[in-house]
Amino acid sequence: MTTVSAPMLMDYDEAIETFDPAMGLEVHVELGTATKMFCGCPTTYGGEPNTQVCPVCLALPGAMPTVNRTAVEYAIRIGLALNCTIADWCRFARKNYFYPDMPKNFQTSQYDEPIAFNGYLDVELDDGSGETVRIEIERAHMEEDTGKSTHMGGRTGRIQGAEYSLLDYNRAGVPLVEIVTKPILGTRAAAPLVARSYVRALRDLLLSLEVSDVRMDQGSLRCDANLSLAPAGTTELGTRTETKNVNSLRSVERAVRHEIQRQGARLVAGERIVQETRHFDESTGTTSSGRSKETAEDYRYFPEPDLVPIAPDREWVEQIRGALPELPWVRRARLQADWGFSDLEMRDLVAADAVGLVEQTVAAGATAAEARSWWSAYLGQQAKTEGVALTELAITPAQLARVITLVNEGALTTKLARQVIDGVLAGDGEPDEVVAARGLAVVSDDGALQAAVDEALAAQPGVADKIRSGKVQAAGAIVGAVMKATKGQADAAKVRELVLRTLGVEG
Amino acid sequence: MTSPVAPPSSGADDLTRRTAADLAAAIASGEVSAVEVTQAHLDRIKAVDADVHAFLHVSGESALEQAQAVDRARAAGEPAASPLAGVPLALKDIVTQQGVPTTAGSRILEGWIPPYSATVTRKLLDAGVVIVGKTNLDEFAMGSSTENSAYGPTRNPWDLTRIPGGSGGGSAAALAAFEAPLAIGTDTGGSIRQPAAVTGTVGAKPTYGGVSRYGVIALASSLDQVGPCARTVLDTALLHEAIAGHDRLDSTSIEDFAPRVVDAVHRGTTDGVRGLRIGVVKELSGEGYQPGVLESFTTAVRTLQDAGAEIVEVSCPNFEYALATYYLILPSECSSNLARFDAMRYGLRVTTDAAGAALVSAEEVMSATRGQGFGAEVKRRIILGTYALSAGYYDAYYGSAQKVRTLIKRDFERAYARADVLISPASPVTAFPLGEKVDDPMAMYLNDLATIPGSLAGIPAMSVPSGLASDTGLPVGLQIMGPALGEERIYQVAAAFEAAYAAQHGGLVPDLAPELEVAAR
Repeated sequence: MTTVSAPMLMDYDEAIETFDPAMGLEVHVELGTATKMFCGCPTTYGGEPNTQVCPVCLALPGAMPTVNRTAVEYAIRIGLALNCTIADWCRFARKNYFYPDMPKNFQTSQYDEPIAFNGYLDVELDDGSGETVRIEIERAHMEEDTGKSTHMGGRTGRIQGAEYSLLDYNRAGVPLVEIVTKPILGTRAAAPLVARSYVRALRDLLLSLEVSDVRMDQGSLRCDANLSLAPAGTTELGTRTETKNVNSLRSVERAVRHEIQRQGARLVAGERIVQETRHFDESTGTTSSGRSKETAEDYRYFPEPDLVPIAPDREWVEQIRGALPELPWVRRARLQADWGFSDLEMRDLVAADAVGLVEQTVAAGATAAEARSWWSAYLGQQAKTEGVALTELAITPAQLARVITLVNEGALTTKLARQVIDGVLAGDGEPDEVVAARGLAVVSDDGALQAAVDEALAAQPGVADKIRSGKVQAAGAIVGAVMKATKGQADAAKVRELVLRTLGVEG
Repeated sequence: MTSPVAPPSSGADDLTRRTAADLAAAIASGEVSAVEVTQAHLDRIKAVDADVHAFLHVSGESALEQAQAVDRARAAGEPAASPLAGVPLALKDIVTQQGVPTTAGSRILEGWIPPYSATVTRKLLDAGVVIVGKTNLDEFAMGSSTENSAYGPTRNPWDLTRIPGGSGGGSAAALAAFEAPLAIGTDTGGSIRQPAAVTGTVGAKPTYGGVSRYGVIALASSLDQVGPCARTVLDTALLHEAIAGHDRLDSTSIEDFAPRVVDAVHRGTTDGVRGLRIGVVKELSGEGYQPGVLESFTTAVRTLQDAGAEIVEVSCPNFEYALATYYLILPSECSSNLARFDAMRYGLRVTTDAAGAALVSAEEVMSATRGQGFGAEVKRRIILGTYALSAGYYDAYYGSAQKVRTLIKRDFERAYARADVLISPASPVTAFPLGEKVDDPMAMYLNDLATIPGSLAGIPAMSVPSGLASDTGLPVGLQIMGPALGEERIYQVAAAFEAAYAAQHGGLVPDLAPELEVAAR
């Protein structure tokens, strides 16, 4: 462990003028299979420590792995969605190194024979520019997760300074797919944004593929960022560092930016970059040195002799290809065109995670504009007040569509509609039940309304005279009185019309 | 000593002298109970094992319970669970059995009690076979004499000053000392066949993948194979059928492959070897082979010829590189397989250094535990393998070894185009004195000269006794090798040879073993 001193940082713009950053991003995705990669243990997150284990994932003497077919299918799905070639034949390999949370002291992974290779992902930049960057994918390979070490008694939760460590093997053997990019070059000042946009695009893609819950906060999507600098305008690659523990989209961006500034400062000062693993600290936005890679880490890879090679049947691969869902950006573009929304409107919907809700509301009979308006305005506020996501609100797109229909039929005013929605959210039943139970229907009985108008005019003869004399705007006071008398259940426009007609005045 | 010898005084009424097939029939017919059979073998173990040391653990109580279950089932009129129901068996201590200590002959697993059973163990128990104990072996099956066991060597019942072969010396000695009629071995480079040869018993290594390895502590995954051991070819075949077959827990086990080796044995006994072409491998004789062994082998060839086989000579030029190839592939795989013994989850844990000071980090504990828990031969092979797999050496060592392995397989394929089975001596020498080769690893490795090519090719091979060597008076084994999936052929030849030998000599080799001096104890 090197002594910790505040790293010198170079001004970002200056660093970018002096150097060209080269990035390589490695994303680990925990697959959402029910069972582990090589045994039948459940993969559920958050179980009591060491309750989801068996002889295989604990590496008891004699235990042997068997491959989870669903995990292979998910890996192929990912490979196909990333435009990769799917191997006709591939193998697992052993990556040998000792670590207490890795039961076999080797990780069963893939080495020179990955299941998917040579693909790309077109990534829309996250800055609203609409600009797209193609990220080349080197490979996507299958492997297993390690267990989890918890270091106790130290100040930082890291192994340095800890008194003892606890090991939980529940995660050991959970299937992972590691997606590795080719070197990402020429992004210049946009490097941090490109990194963030790539991880975001990958997350959306994986979510739509239904292969993972991609929760960065729970570690089911993890990113390692490799970064090196070369003198601006040259093509040579500098010495790289690998930053781990990058657990949010924002951290991806900050980690890359920080490494550009840190490496820039060192290079300008005439120091060399140490090839090493670095640890990202969320709280400070900085990276610090982990273990050096120069001295150790010869993984002694060799083909896993306890497993037979995987030769995915071509027909099976084509079946998986045929069943791939529409890619998220393709779907978004299609829906935006169908709905006629502006880029801004669409981006807001995406940001609010409301695209699916609007789509379903439209499918249930509402227009796109109505659906968007309700989800982004009134329901957006409700979600914010309750502190939940839109999708977690207790109203279905079909229920909202029914409310919209009632408004369009004149049975509800906008104000009443909100009260109906409140009722649905409160668990009072379907919209029609709420209308009936709370007596929220518009007062459309002309007789009852006429009586209320007559009463209001009689109560305020002075105002009635003003209206008769042509001061039409004075009608507002009468309308207000009628609305009050009907507890807001009358259509205000209709009341106004009735007032004017009663007094023989043209509106 | 090649002339027939009268059976030992204990005679055929002694249950421990009978074959497994015979005992199973006696139990099935009610002539004798499984408990009586088990007790007789437990008594025999008690009487002789202090000298032989075939067992690391004797499971008296659970064995008698298993035997009682067989007797109860019979009393209830249920059909026998298998043709071996009630027959005692010795299990090599590298195969897990739930609740029974399993050490693999290593200090590092001392006291470990597996919470699960190997597929082979489950199959045996389901078949009503009675497991009387766990047998000694070279540590993690690395050795040819059992002298590498952390718990002391096993002695050869033919001469207690000599080795019983290895690594499965315990299983072979248990058979030769009549402590059990059946035993399970594992064969990576000869660990079933070489002990069988030097103890005058029968042992078969099935085709790679013929028997599940799940629950069998791995030495070299691409070579390891579990196999049956007994004193007769028929008993070996019965046990073979009990343990063979695909296992979904071992994806390297072969699907839809169930050789009918018992039928093959009957075929061999009745039809012999007439019309079969038997190839003598030129490279597996001559230099390095003891004269008495070669003499016995020549006699065996003549016996097979007289029985009607056509003998052809075949050449396998790449066998010359087999030993070197084996000693790159095996250490490489074993360096990785043995990495799990790290004191974190089970087994030995060393927490203080030599001076008694507490070790602080996980790395220190791992290092000290492995330093103390593993013996010299294990460490030697871990170091060799770690080196062979290292960056920059992989291609030159592990990579080239895999290529030569392919060449050896091709040698076999060419040979099987000319012959139905191949034969050779199973061990180049008869049992040697304890201690003779412990300090010379290379001399020890040469014991597997004849068995390693078959291991590298993954083919089935077995050793049957071919008599006693004229120079040492000790048993010699005849190795019979078949093409992949050719189990039935080798059993047919083995049974035919055994029958011809018995006809010539009036008995089988195991019956010639000297009576151990039970009374003297």
